Amino acid sequence: MAKQYETVIGLEVHVELATKTKIFCGCSTAFGGEPNTHTCPVCTGMPGSLPVLNKQVLEYAVAVGLATNCTITQYCKFDRKNYFYPDNPQNYQISQLYLPICRNGKVEIETEKGKKYIGIHEIHMEEDAGKLIHDEWDDCSLVDFNRSGVPLIEIVSEPDMRSAEEVIAYLEKLRMTIQYLGASDCKLQEGSMRADVNLSIREVGAEEFGTRTEMKNLNSFKAIARAIEGERERQIDLLEAGEKVIQETRRWDDNKGESYAMRSKEDAQDYRYFPDPDLVPIVLDDAFLDQIRAKQPEFREEKMLRYKEEFDIPEYDIQIITGSKHMADIFEETVALGSQPKKVSNWLMVETLRLLKENNMDPEDIRFSPENLAKLISLTDAKAINSSVAKEVFEVMFDQNVDPEKYVEEKGLKTVNDEGALRKTVEEVIANNPQSVEDYRNGKEKAIGFLVGQTMKAMKGKADPGMINKLLKELL
Amino acid sequence: MSILDMTACQLAAAIKNKEVTVLEATKAVLAQIHEKEEKYHCYVTVDEEGALAQAQEVQKKIDAGVLTGALAGVPVAIKDNMCTQGLLTTCSSKILNNFVPTFSSEAVLNLQRAGAVILGKTNMDEFAMGSTTETSAYGETKNPWNTEHVPGGSSGGSAAAVAAKECFYALGSDTGGSIRQPASFCGVVGLKPTYGRVSRYGLIAYGSSLDQIGPLCKDVTDCAAIMEVISTHDKKDSTSVFREDTDFTSALVEDVKGMRIGIPRDYFGEGLDSQVRDAVLKAAEVLKEKGAVVEEFDLSLVEYAIPTYYTIAAAEASSNLERFDGIKYGYRAEGYEGLHDMYKKTRSQGFGAEVKRRIMLGSFVLSSGYYDAYYLKALRVKALIKKAFDEAFAKYDVIIGPVAPTTAPKLGESLSDPIKMYLGDIYTISVNLAGLPGLSMPCGIDSKGLPIGLQLIGDCFNEKKLIQTAYTYEKSRGVFGRKEDR
Repeated sequence: MAKQYETVIGLEVHVELATKTKIFCGCSTAFGGEPNTHTCPVCTGMPGSLPVLNKQVLEYAVAVGLATNCTITQYCKFDRKNYFYPDNPQNYQISQLYLPICRNGKVEIETEKGKKYIGIHEIHMEEDAGKLIHDEWDDCSLVDFNRSGVPLIEIVSEPDMRSAEEVIAYLEKLRMTIQYLGASDCKLQEGSMRADVNLSIREVGAEEFGTRTEMKNLNSFKAIARAIEGERERQIDLLEAGEKVIQETRRWDDNKGESYAMRSKEDAQDYRYFPDPDLVPIVLDDAFLDQIRAKQPEFREEKMLRYKEEFDIPEYDIQIITGSKHMADIFEETVALGSQPKKVSNWLMVETLRLLKENNMDPEDIRFSPENLAKLISLTDAKAINSSVAKEVFEVMFDQNVDPEKYVEEKGLKTVNDEGALRKTVEEVIANNPQSVEDYRNGKEKAIGFLVGQTMKAMKGKADPGMINKLLKELL
Repeated sequence: MSILDMTACQLAAAIKNKEVTVLEATKAVLAQIHEKEEKYHCYVTVDEEGALAQAQEVQKKIDAGVLTGALAGVPVAIKDNMCTQGLLTTCSSKILNNFVPTFSSEAVLNLQRAGAVILGKTNMDEFAMGSTTETSAYGETKNPWNTEHVPGGSSGGSAAAVAAKECFYALGSDTGGSIRQPASFCGVVGLKPTYGRVSRYGLIAYGSSLDQIGPLCKDVTDCAAIMEVISTHDKKDSTSVFREDTDFTSALVEDVKGMRIGIPRDYFGEGLDSQVRDAVLKAAEVLKEKGAVVEEFDLSLVEYAIPTYYTIAAAEASSNLERFDGIKYGYRAEGYEGLHDMYKKTRSQGFGAEVKRRIMLGSFVLSSGYYDAYYLKALRVKALIKKAFDEAFAKYDVIIGPVAPTTAPKLGESLSDPIKMYLGDIYTISVNLAGLPGLSMPCGIDSKGLPIGLQLIGDCFNEKKLIQTAYTYEKSRGVFGRKEDR
């Protein structure tokens, strides 16, 4: 019988924090500026410049640590990681090795196999590097330091995961927790969340870990799942062929569905870590931790339980809505403005999800305000607009966050509630469609739908379909 | 009194009283630079045009009553490791041969706010690594007392410029004695402030946990006045400390009655030149006569200071100097193939031998497998040295001793034996390791006609006690200067 293998996976997750300014200077962290416009002497490593820690970075890091059940290091330091590369302006990165801000945490994940804890070895704060742009035309490389000094936290897990499914569940859990904290938007595609996968295999029942590899360049959950499967098979093939797994860093090519070696352990650099003498040790007192603790939001699990009790909406809706802090906020605020929870949930679950998908957007990108959604719902409640007009208005609102009341007014989309005018139109439709009328009278119930449609068309959509139905039935 | 013979405070008073204009003073000192630079070579860069322009601006502000401080209108020289906006800043290294900073260091800005006229940038040991100013890539500075001798280092250009009257005062930096030792060799006053007292923002780092900017000047009064200007809390420097006790001129009091002064026996052992020893002990005697309580004590751990210092300073330097890679600014080698060859050639050609030696030493002590044995151990010894001083300052207000084992050596004698040169730092480096303030002032002249320095060491942020003691001694000692000036 063939040997059975177990996959052992640990993750290193980098998360870009949502601060307005960089970790050690006052430059903007905004994405997409012209090259080297969000820079200063500090983040370009000019001689004589000195770093000063952005307190918000510390607060976010501690908040994430508390949310993941870590012990907070109340006397912590920054260390220099020394290596030469042109995107690293000082040729050392300010990071944490010896006394990282958080240690010994854990998060609970749930997969089809049930619930399980994943240990967190540590979380440390560090600065991002700049970006190299290779100019093929001039055969030279250019450096953009806009990203240099953008704050990151690196969350290092224990090797506690055994499958791609668990890895995805863990990442989802981290993402949700961090988004709820507002500490990052955690977008894999845009690089505000990046995961490196450390993977080894061993025979089922073995106690010793196998030799691990580290996989980089994983830009989506799908790529991560594929990379894990690919690497597991590659390592099994090696062992089955009597070869050894080499400890190395590999780069995943998701298009080809395979990885290639970047550097082996032998090439590993000696980073000569030592405490950065330009930054004083950080002493966090209990009061500071209490303050952060007091500010922790209601996390997803608690929210789901509360929704179940407070709102009469399906479990599935609750899962989707709380799957995004932003969406949950919109839901709660709209309900707070007086809208019926079921109706708010419907707008989010049907039209919002559809438009997000069509526009390839995340729930975090939703732009319309709870106020406008509440207005739209009350317009339909009052039958001031019919449902198809409401959908039309919603699309515009989704796109530009327009005020639906004003929009309906300006575009003249209000339902005509003048029964006389509607009756006249219905009479005309009956007169112009003798065939359908006859079909209906002969028992073809469906024919009335056509007549309603014709009436609505003649009314340019601004009619209450219920009323049309009623009049048709009456006149026929 | 001729303008050049004035101290900084005397000149500022004369300007205030409209006896001298800022422009006259600036022109006088520029003329002196023209005359003496060939002989002493104190400067890497003299900014004649800039100085004249500043002089006129400053004069206007003085006339308008905007500038009223004790140093308004006085021309100053800046060590070439402090960034000066728009003015070449080389650290006396080839690797920064074309580096013009986009901002000025905080200490320089503080001087400018007080109405200083920046004359130029003074020569130094390359990246402040050295004790003679001979490791400069731009030629050695000569001691104005005797041009066959070194001015000391690393702030040798600043000390020599003050001694040669090529400026009225200067800024230096001190990582292991780099202000105090050249002050001693050139017969001027120098103060290394408490770590955290003066902002390091804009100071091109050598050993970040030890570096501190301070004044080199003609007398203790100037020293106190300069300290009042440069001691500010700076949010741009995380190690800068907010203090209210920055009224240093209030300590210019001739009184040491009851002042407890300790003389560490460990500083008077083997290796100390007997003339230096005698001059220092004689100074202690003077203070005793003035009412101070002087006694000898054992400081301990002195023999560990040098290895501890060279481990920590070199480790920090190896990392601090990584940014000089030829990519963003400074020198870049020609004829390289690929990135790593560019790094290698640029740094091989751009750095001098002493800098390379310390980068290698520092990289070694930080490397995996050696970190605990060297760097961590050095940090532990550093903490013990601080503790030894804490115990001493429980008993004494001020510790006095020599600045250096000898007076200024001859040019060319030191670099051939770096270990011997490092040993010359024995009395100054503990002060940096413990973060203490240390003041150097002349206390005699040896048989070769070279000045001898007296060192006063205080507890953290006790600069005022140093100033008071130094001022009292200075009053008894009388005017000090070269024969040609007297």
